[in-house]
Amino acid sequence: MKKLMLGNAAVAQGAYEAGVTVVASYPGTPSTEITENIVKYDEIYAEWSPNEKVAAEVAIGASIGGARAMSCMKHVGLNVMADPVFTVSYTGVNGGLVFCVADDPGMHSSQNEQDSRHYAKASKIMMLEPSDSSECKEFTKMAYKLSEEFDTPVFLRLSTRVSHSQSLVEIGSRENVPLKDYEKNIPKLVMMPAMAIKRHIVVEERIKALTAFAEETDLNKVELNDTKIGVITSGITYMYAKEALGDKVSYLKLGMAYPMPEKKIKDFAEKFDKVFVIEELDPVIEDHCKKLGVEVVGKEVFTLLGEYNTAMIKKAVLGEDAPFSAEIKEEVPARPPVMCAGCPHRGTFYVLKKLGLVVSGDIGCYTLGAVAPLASVDTTICMGASVSAAMGMAKARGKEFNKKLVSVIGDSTFMHSGITGLVDIVYNKGSNTVIILDNSITGMTGHQDNPTTGYTIRKEPTKQVNLIALCKSIGVEHVVVADPFDLKNFEKVVKEEVERDEPSVIIAQRPCALLKTVKYTGHCKITEDCKKCKMCLKLGCPAISFDGENVKIDTTQCNGCGLCVNLCPFGAIKKED
Amino acid sequence: MTTNIMIVGVGGQGTLLASRILGNTVIGEGFDVKVSEVHGMSQRGGSVVTYVKYGEEVFSPVIDKGQADIILAFEKLEAYRAMPYLKKGGKMIVNTQEIDPMPVITGVAKYPENIIEKLKENIDVTAVDALSLAIEAGNPKAVNVVLIGVMAKSTDIPYEKWVEALKATVPEKFLEVNMKAFNLGYNL
Repeated sequence: MKKLMLGNAAVAQGAYEAGVTVVASYPGTPSTEITENIVKYDEIYAEWSPNEKVAAEVAIGASIGGARAMSCMKHVGLNVMADPVFTVSYTGVNGGLVFCVADDPGMHSSQNEQDSRHYAKASKIMMLEPSDSSECKEFTKMAYKLSEEFDTPVFLRLSTRVSHSQSLVEIGSRENVPLKDYEKNIPKLVMMPAMAIKRHIVVEERIKALTAFAEETDLNKVELNDTKIGVITSGITYMYAKEALGDKVSYLKLGMAYPMPEKKIKDFAEKFDKVFVIEELDPVIEDHCKKLGVEVVGKEVFTLLGEYNTAMIKKAVLGEDAPFSAEIKEEVPARPPVMCAGCPHRGTFYVLKKLGLVVSGDIGCYTLGAVAPLASVDTTICMGASVSAAMGMAKARGKEFNKKLVSVIGDSTFMHSGITGLVDIVYNKGSNTVIILDNSITGMTGHQDNPTTGYTIRKEPTKQVNLIALCKSIGVEHVVVADPFDLKNFEKVVKEEVERDEPSVIIAQRPCALLKTVKYTGHCKITEDCKKCKMCLKLGCPAISFDGENVKIDTTQCNGCGLCVNLCPFGAIKKED
Repeated sequence: MTTNIMIVGVGGQGTLLASRILGNTVIGEGFDVKVSEVHGMSQRGGSVVTYVKYGEEVFSPVIDKGQADIILAFEKLEAYRAMPYLKKGGKMIVNTQEIDPMPVITGVAKYPENIIEKLKENIDVTAVDALSLAIEAGNPKAVNVVLIGVMAKSTDIPYEKWVEALKATVPEKFLEVNMKAFNLGYNL
C-alpha cells in the first residue's frame, strides 16, 4: 500500500519497520513531527526529553542496552547534543542507533543556517541523506542495518523541504528485532584515556571500511544520460536538479553524505566535459571533490545562502532563463510572523516596552517580541542564553544597568537550558530578574508537552515540575507569580523585582491561546467612546488596526482575550458575546 | 507533465489542511504527488505558502516563479504577492478577504489598493467572498474548504473524489460544516 506521507512521518515509519523500541527527542522545527509520529506506534517507547543532550544520551543508553534507538533534533539541537555524540562515535553501538538531524536552509524557523554535514565529518559518524519521503523510510531502515554492521551510530540528515514535504511511501511491516544481550565491556564502553586511545584506532578503521562501502553501495547512485555535463548532488537539491535539468545531464546522487566515495566520484567526473556540484549551504561535496583533484564547478556559480530552486539551477547549468512571470510594479508590504491574537506574551512585552527595559531574549514564540510595534527583545542567541547572557551583561555594565535588565524565557526553554544559567546567577552573586513565560506548553513547535505541563508525550499524567519550588530550591528567594494580562499588577511586579539587589524570578503565568483548554469567548469591540488615542495599536495585536479614520477590530482574528479591554484608558473597548 | 497548485494565505487560515485535502484527492486519481508544507514560526500569522504538485513523476516539492497552473489565494495581499508564480495562462482563485499585516497595522506601510483590478490586468482571476460563504456554512474558519470547493469545480476530478478526500482529511465533528462549505464553493 502506498501512502502520502510527510518526510518526518516516513522516518517514523522507517523506525517502526526497523524494529526500533526507544525514541527520545526534544522538539525543534523542522524535526518535531518524527517523534510526534513515533507516538502512533504502541510498540515504541517515546519521550520528550528536557533537551537534546538528554535525549541523545537516553537513545545511547537504549542502544547500549541492546535496543534499536533513535533521537531526533533540529540542526541547532545537534550543537546541544554534540558532547555525547563525539564520544559515542568511539564506543560504537549495541542495538542500532540513529540520530536524525534536520537542517533549515532558508531559515524558515531557525536562528542560523548551519550545515550539519560538518558534524558527521568532525565526529566521524556516517551520515545518510534522503531526498524524499520514500527514501526517508528506506534510508532509516538501512541506517539501522549499517549501524549494527559497522558498529557505529548513524546520522540521518534531513532538511525543511524533505521533512515537511509529503510524497508517496510504500508501507511495510515491522521487522521483529530481538533485544540484544547486554554484556559488560569496559574497554569499549568506558571512555577514559587508556580505552579511548584504542577506540580511536577502531574509529579510523571504521571510516576506511565505510569509505570502501561508499564506493559500492547503491545509496550513491549514478544516472547516465548526456556525456557533456555531469552533476553531483544530494538530498533535496537532487530533486531540484532533476526537475530543472531532466535528462539533459547525468547525475551522481550521493545518498551517503559522509564518508563520501573517492573512486566513484573520480570515475564519474572523468566522463564529462564539465561537472557541477549542486548542494545547498556549504561546499562540503565540492571541497571533497577538489581534495581528490576532481575539477568541479560549485559555489562560484551557486550561492552559500538559503534554499535553491529549479530556476537558478537551470540558469547556472544550462544558461536558460526562468519562465515568464507577471511582475508586481509596486512595493508590497511584508507579512512577518506575529504573536497570535490572545497570545499571553503580548501583555508581558507591552509592559517591558513601556518600562523601557533591556530584554535578554530566548528561543520560542516570544522571540517575536522583537517585532514592531512591541520591539521589546534586545538579544536572541540560543536556547537558555537569555538567562546566562543577562548575567554577563550585568557583570559588564554594573548594578544600575541590571535594574533596567530582564531575561525572558519560556517554560520549556527554561527546563531545556535556563536552569543552569539561573544557578550561575545565584551561585555567583548575580542580582538578575528572570521572567519565565509560563504558557503551559511548548508553543512554537506546535504544542508539545514538557516537564512543567504534567503530561508525557502520550498524554499520560505524570509528575509536574513545580517552577516556584525549583527556583526557590536553587536559592532564588524572590519568586512571584503574575498574570501578564493584568497589566497594572504585572507592571508593578516587574518594577519591584528589577529594583532588588538579589536574584528574582517572575513567573508570567497564562496559557497559550491556541490550547484547546483555553476558552476565550466572544469578540472585543470598539465602542463610540473611542478617542482614537491608538494606545491599543501598541499591543501589536493582529486583530486591531487603524483604517485612517477609525480603529477597528477584525472579528475573524479576535478571540476575545480581552487584553485590549484591560488596556484602553477610556474604557472604550467592550467584550461582546 | 505535472500540475502545479500553490496555496497562499496567512498563518492560521487553514492552508495546510487545504493542501492535505488536495493531496489526498489527487493521490486517489493514481498520480505521483508531492505536497510541501510550512511549519513552525511562519505559521504565526506570517505569509504561508504550500505547494501541491501531481503528475506522472514529480521531483521538486516546490513551485518556482512562472510555474503554477493554479494559485488558490486565501487573502488578497497574499494573492498579489504570489502573482509572479503563476504560469502564463494559469488561473488564480482569490478570496477577497483583507487581513492587515503588522507593517500596515503599525502604519509603516499601506495595504495596496485595487488588488483585484491589478491582478486582472495581468492574469485570469476568479474573485470569491469565501468568508461570507464560510459564515453561511456555519463557521468562518471554513474559508479554506470553500476555496477548495471553488477550485474543485475547475478541475477534471469528479465531485465524489473530492468528497471522499474531504471525509478522509477533516475530523468527523467538523465534517458537516465543511461539506456545506465545500458545496457552497463548488456550486458558485
